[in-house]
Amino acid sequence: MNLKEVKKLLEAEVLWGNELLEKSVSCAFGCDLLSDVLAFTPPNVLLLTGLTNIQVINTAEMIDAAAIVFVRGKRPTKEVIDFARQKNIPLMATNYMLYDSCGILYLNGLKGCEGNR
Amino acid sequence: MSKFEQEFTVASLDFAAAGQASSQIKKLLQLVGYQPLEIRRASIAAYEMEMNMVIHGNGGILRVNLGPAAIELTAQDKGPGIPDIDLAMQEGYSTAPPNIREMGFGAGMGLPNIKRCTDFIEIKSEIGKGTTVRVVINASQQ
Repeated sequence: MNLKEVKKLLEAEVLWGNELLEKSVSCAFGCDLLSDVLAFTPPNVLLLTGLTNIQVINTAEMIDAAAIVFVRGKRPTKEVIDFARQKNIPLMATNYMLYDSCGILYLNGLKGCEGNR
Repeated sequence: MSKFEQEFTVASLDFAAAGQASSQIKKLLQLVGYQPLEIRRASIAAYEMEMNMVIHGNGGILRVNLGPAAIELTAQDKGPGIPDIDLAMQEGYSTAPPNIREMGFGAGMGLPNIKRCTDFIEIKSEIGKGTTVRVVINASQQ
């Protein structure tokens, strides 16, 4: 699935990275624990989270995440968005809850990160 | 390639700057030309080690040693020390305070995850003096 489809399915707003929406993601991971994100994700993952602090961007950089979707209507600060731009990590925001966001993507064919545990 | 060494200073509880050392280390590893999965494992370990020093260690030094067959990372802090290393290595055990947990840390996965990402880990800790974590990732340059 590419980021354009993710945007459409989650009725998401692109906070940064409109020009990168053709990028494909291999799987998705929904989590509000950064340590678990670091522990259980493969590269090129779509990260869904309600955390909006700068460490989410650092974490995404370390794991080679494809993009981040902020759920529950959460919006990071401009500083955090600018930081993601520097790191070339696209950001989206959806009003759906984490569970619903994951469910919608899963139903449309984007699976979880298998075999990592 | 001959051995290359670089040191990064990590400040205590500075969450705006936290992660910068690991980010620079990742760029360095890419520049040297290690395999992508080796870079990823080393970057995750470096970031966990950096965050441990920021959160628990009163800051410290993160040192990277790069050789043709291995990436070595050493985190040396002047924190309170770890009373029970076996307990700290258990998944789910954490001493992080609530404000740290609100940021998404403190799941008790830090040290276990560092171990998972590396081929060798050595932890030396002395109460009241500090902790040194040294890890090695077997690597090969492209």
